[in-house]
Amino acid sequence: MDTIIKKPTTPDALLTNRLQKFFRWEMFLIILVALVFVMNSYLSPYFLDPWNLSDATFNFTEKALIALPMAMLIIAKEIDISVAAIISLSSTLMGLVAQLGAPIYLVVLMGILVGAACGLVNGVLVTQFKIPSIVVTIGTMSLFRGISYILLGDQVIREYPEGFDFFGQGYVYWVFSFELVLFVVFALGFYWLLHRTTFGRYTFAIGNNPTASYYSGIKVDKHRLILFTLVGLMSGVAAVLLTSRLGSTRPSIAMGWELSIITMVVLGGVSILGGSGTIGGVVLAVILMGLVTFGMGLLNIPGIVMTIIVGLMLISVVSLPVLISLYKGKKAKVL
Amino acid sequence: MNDAIFSLKKVSKVFPGVKALDEVDLHLYPGQVTALIGENGAGKSTLVKTMTGIYQPDGGEIIFDGKPVYFHSPHDSHALGITAIHQETVLFDDLTVAENIFLGNYPMKKGPMTKFSIDWPTMVARSQEILSSINAHMDPNQILRELSIGQKHMVGIARALSVDAKVVILDEPTAALSHHEIHELYDLVNNLKQKGKAILFITHKFDEVFILADRYTVFRDGCFVGEGFIKDTNETQLVEMMVARSIDETYPKKTVEIGETLLEVSNLCHTTEFANISFSLKKGEILGVYGLVGSGRTEVMQALFGTARHVTGSIKMNGKEVTIHSPRDAIDHGIVYVPEERQKQGIVLELPIVQNVSLPQMERLTKHGQIDEENEMSLARQYCERLQVKASSWQEKVMNLSGGNQQKVVIAKWLATNPKVIILDEPTKGIDIGSKAAVHEFMSELVDSGLAVIMVSSELPEILGMSDRILVMNEGLIVGELAREEATPEKVVSLATGGTVTC
Repeated sequence: MDTIIKKPTTPDALLTNRLQKFFRWEMFLIILVALVFVMNSYLSPYFLDPWNLSDATFNFTEKALIALPMAMLIIAKEIDISVAAIISLSSTLMGLVAQLGAPIYLVVLMGILVGAACGLVNGVLVTQFKIPSIVVTIGTMSLFRGISYILLGDQVIREYPEGFDFFGQGYVYWVFSFELVLFVVFALGFYWLLHRTTFGRYTFAIGNNPTASYYSGIKVDKHRLILFTLVGLMSGVAAVLLTSRLGSTRPSIAMGWELSIITMVVLGGVSILGGSGTIGGVVLAVILMGLVTFGMGLLNIPGIVMTIIVGLMLISVVSLPVLISLYKGKKAKVL
Repeated sequence: MNDAIFSLKKVSKVFPGVKALDEVDLHLYPGQVTALIGENGAGKSTLVKTMTGIYQPDGGEIIFDGKPVYFHSPHDSHALGITAIHQETVLFDDLTVAENIFLGNYPMKKGPMTKFSIDWPTMVARSQEILSSINAHMDPNQILRELSIGQKHMVGIARALSVDAKVVILDEPTAALSHHEIHELYDLVNNLKQKGKAILFITHKFDEVFILADRYTVFRDGCFVGEGFIKDTNETQLVEMMVARSIDETYPKKTVEIGETLLEVSNLCHTTEFANISFSLKKGEILGVYGLVGSGRTEVMQALFGTARHVTGSIKMNGKEVTIHSPRDAIDHGIVYVPEERQKQGIVLELPIVQNVSLPQMERLTKHGQIDEENEMSLARQYCERLQVKASSWQEKVMNLSGGNQQKVVIAKWLATNPKVIILDEPTKGIDIGSKAAVHEFMSELVDSGLAVIMVSSELPEILGMSDRILVMNEGLIVGELAREEATPEKVVSLATGGTVTC
């Protein structure tokens, strides 16, 4: 007689897991975005105009392009606060070669390569000299911008080749600017990189436990080096867009951007302690911040008040899950 | 003979699933050194924590100076003058020696600001006094980070003596010390003895017991085995008390045909941790490596896995010389390592089971640059089912599993890479008995399927029960190699402790 022994099987994933996944941070951000959208359209009749909305995107696309690799870097337990200084140095060198009469492709290439090189410097300092990334990038933040000041002084460079303005001011189709389209393309690319590839998986593993990752055969330092270079490279791309949009270079360009970029990343649900986060969340946070600032702009709210509101928004939104878990009686994970 | 100043009577301590202490007795007498002897897992550390108020006993009573006492917290036992020097003393690397000695107990200036201002000159002077009384010559103003491990230990001892202690507990104080420093410690213990302190000396090393102790108490598996005067006993008797066990623990050891030599290590040396390590490993063999903490066993394994630096010597796989500079190299050559520090080195707790299993071989699971999640899942499912990992789903985060199941995930991860040699460093440390048996059973299965296993363990029964051959290490050297048939607990322990019992 054969008796059929039913072995208890472990399911690949539980339904509750999937539900949890659906109702996580992104859902919350989507609701916020929808709320702000509805509020704005009630508050101002100009809000729903496609051209107005399109204009609003210029406020964040360049920062958002850096927020994408920054999210990956922060997930890997590192940070780069020299990004705005990288924009400055890369814009300065673009301006200098443009002054010498370089063609468009060379100017653009220069901007991107300088960015990548700056990122590489950060990466080498962090991985080879074992200095914490926050210290390294505080240092290079002054260093990169300092070099721009030495090279330019009070000078402003405006001599860009004909057609260079397309990157920052041009439209690909109807209201869709080149900047916006580029952001969408890169957002999809980074989504794929972080959530679908081995590289992305390693990023999460390293951010959660670098030692165990190393013991599992991951080349942790090489990975970090690539991430820093990627952040630098995207800062270079942003520098091209910004310089083209403004049509000029000065050393004080993009001052203070690093904080708004990190704000976008954190608001997007990326843990500042590393290990978790999604590109989807960052994109939603970018849209949320764009809508809020645009709405406030339409209502003629002064800039200072705007920064206060953005700051309050960041703190309240980020502390909300902690408050909810406290309410549920679960001990909030502080560290 | 005067009365005991500190006694434990039928004290028990229960943890979920384990009876760490089972009605144990212990008596300490003023002016005498009592040695507490027992294997790893005998309950020594739990005992120390119970005596110092870190744990509260679940039964029995503690008697101090003739009166029963109850310690709600370490503060209570400290107030009575019970002080412990732990294996790994908690000190602060960035504070000075004097600050470490008086931490939390700073001498304060007199006057209205007494709560806020530390009396630095007094503190430094008293530190100097304590340090010179224990023959530790160092500047109280030195930052701790700059000291050697041995010196740090002396600071830990000075810290324990900064309060007026009546009972001093030394928990394996010599584990991290050099030969010279050990002798200084002996003088110190004798010094304390003369001052009339009651001393509990916990150690694995028999030579120390016979040099220092007046009395002994032996524990085994959380139970009290016996006590008496050192002068009435000898090493053989103590070893027997310590390791003798009813052979009701059976190990699922299978007879496996031993194949050709797979791994050959010759003359492996490290600048500080070990020297002249040579051994070979054959297909189908379980090689047990036994040694005390600090004997260099883990460091040798880390050298084989590429995580130790400054290593010289040669490693051959299948007769071919290989260079291993990183875990990646080792994995590619078929050597994998299940580390002792599982949560730190073995596994990414926050990631799901499936992603932990696939981590070392992501590249193989990638199709057109993209992770093939179906393939990944089936790999994880296959190996986790083989190891009988218990989880609600394979997407469950590893942090939600029990220690035993976490260990199974680590092993599953490595098996999935099709290794040739698997190194298990304390594979059953801190896991429950059921999982232990599963891990042991699995080791037998592994060698049956043609792998070679190196098992590092400080659990004697495990070493004796599972190994085909046993290497014994002491102070960075291989001090003996025993075949399964000739290995006895006494031989292994005495080799590892540098004892005098001849094999």
